Amino acid sequence: MALLEIRSIIRMFGGLCALNGVDFSVEEGEIHGLIGPNGAGKTTLLNILSGMAPPSSGQVQFAGRDIHALPAYQVASLGVARTFQNIRLFPAMTCLENVIAGQHLTASRPLLPRLLQLPSAWRLDHEYEKDARSTLARVGLENRARVRAQSLSYGERRRLEIARALAARPRLLLLDEPVAGMRQGEVTQVAELIRILAGEGMTILLIEHNMSFVMTLCSRITVLNFGQVIATGTPDTVSRHPHVIEAYLGVDKSS
Amino acid sequence: MIPMDLNHIFTQFYAVYGSLINFIGINSLLAISLYVTLSAGQLSLGNAAFAGIGGYTAGILTMYLNVPYIVALFAAALMSGAIAMILGFPVLRLRGVFLAIATLAFGEVVRILAINLQITGGAEGLTPIPDKTQAWMIFTALALTGYFMAVLRRSRIGWSFASIREDETAAKAMGINTTWYKTLAFTIGAMIAGLAGAMSAHLNYIITPGEFGFSAAVQLLIFNIVGGTRVWYGPILGAALLTALPEILRGFGVTAGPVRMGVNGFILLMVILFLPNGLVSLFSHNKD
Repeated sequence: MALLEIRSIIRMFGGLCALNGVDFSVEEGEIHGLIGPNGAGKTTLLNILSGMAPPSSGQVQFAGRDIHALPAYQVASLGVARTFQNIRLFPAMTCLENVIAGQHLTASRPLLPRLLQLPSAWRLDHEYEKDARSTLARVGLENRARVRAQSLSYGERRRLEIARALAARPRLLLLDEPVAGMRQGEVTQVAELIRILAGEGMTILLIEHNMSFVMTLCSRITVLNFGQVIATGTPDTVSRHPHVIEAYLGVDKSS
Repeated sequence: MIPMDLNHIFTQFYAVYGSLINFIGINSLLAISLYVTLSAGQLSLGNAAFAGIGGYTAGILTMYLNVPYIVALFAAALMSGAIAMILGFPVLRLRGVFLAIATLAFGEVVRILAINLQITGGAEGLTPIPDKTQAWMIFTALALTGYFMAVLRRSRIGWSFASIREDETAAKAMGINTTWYKTLAFTIGAMIAGLAGAMSAHLNYIITPGEFGFSAAVQLLIFNIVGGTRVWYGPILGAALLTALPEILRGFGVTAGPVRMGVNGFILLMVILFLPNGLVSLFSHNKD
């Protein structure tokens, strides 16, 4: 069975149907792309998958468990981490602190040893900080550890947000436009990182408008348009699918 | 001979400024109580009311039931904390200014209850509450609370509070049960406020419904804004400065009246304009 099963998801906003019966699945260890024109419902779907918003109807199963009715923090604790399209960092914290805060699910920082200032508390802190530094290094921000998140460049912010998500050691990583606004050099770097993560067994579902990034990186792609899946398959099949071409380019009525 | 002299100077100083020093201690405790909720990003105007609940609880226990002082203090903190927990679950769904309004309304409910109940002594207040609080008790409580806040920052709870303050949605996505941690912050804050209220009641022999109303709630917020909420000693600094201000001004020949209020407001304005992170940013080495 697939790691993530999405079955007939419907999401209404008042009279507007943002998602109209979405079905697809994401296999363990794959890099799955979610593409579609603006307003197709991609971010709405990601919000449902991460528990930030409930679906109007339909089911989501993660590792065999129904998660569509769970609050976001419980979905996260099952091993789903995400980034946001409009980057949600902790601006007043340093890069290192952002990643340390992201360790909520993986680090135990018990209160009592901390209150008594036991050596064990300091030892744990030291260990977690080392972990956080190596996570920062994975996204190439090891030299920015002491810089506040609000002073980072746009591309660095996106990479820091990925690092914070990785600190939770997720099984499924949801990325909402991970390379939007990045320079080509950074895009290659992020693509390489995602490949390595998938190689380590992490499953990745990403939304992206950068087509060459999606086409070269993803093993499978799902295309959404007006809240419905119009195609699912390998990059090759999807890019040749007539409905996809129609959604992106329109049809030539004259021919 | 010198220690004798020092002792003498200290005794004299305390005779003149003792009540001011005690008030600084109490106000610092109250300011920290609000700092706890602020550190989780929640703007509560109910902490003055929690101090009132603590004061009345402890006062009633020692006056009518002859409960030992220390037990009354614990009971006051627990009572305020319990009420905060019950109030917290519905109220903390509200964000920002709406939470402030809801907690303000709660404060009014407490005040009106205190005026109308028999056991609280009605509008004239509860008196005579036995005189039990001494300076060392206040400052021991303050030191313990300050220490607690200083080390809490590095615990799981402290990191969760900071994450929620910075971005609640991102905190949820990271697996933080925001409802629970917000309620926890609200409850810890209320317990500290309850303790401070109980100590204050046993310092002044009396507690009246008006003491813990709107202006007191806002005063706590001003302590935090002036001192700064980035580190635990910020609110203490703000509370100490603004509590001592009337005495300092008296030294310059300014007594009660519009000038004193004006200086108060001027300091607040200057801090907001030029030191948005409060007076503590004068001492901190962090840039920006």
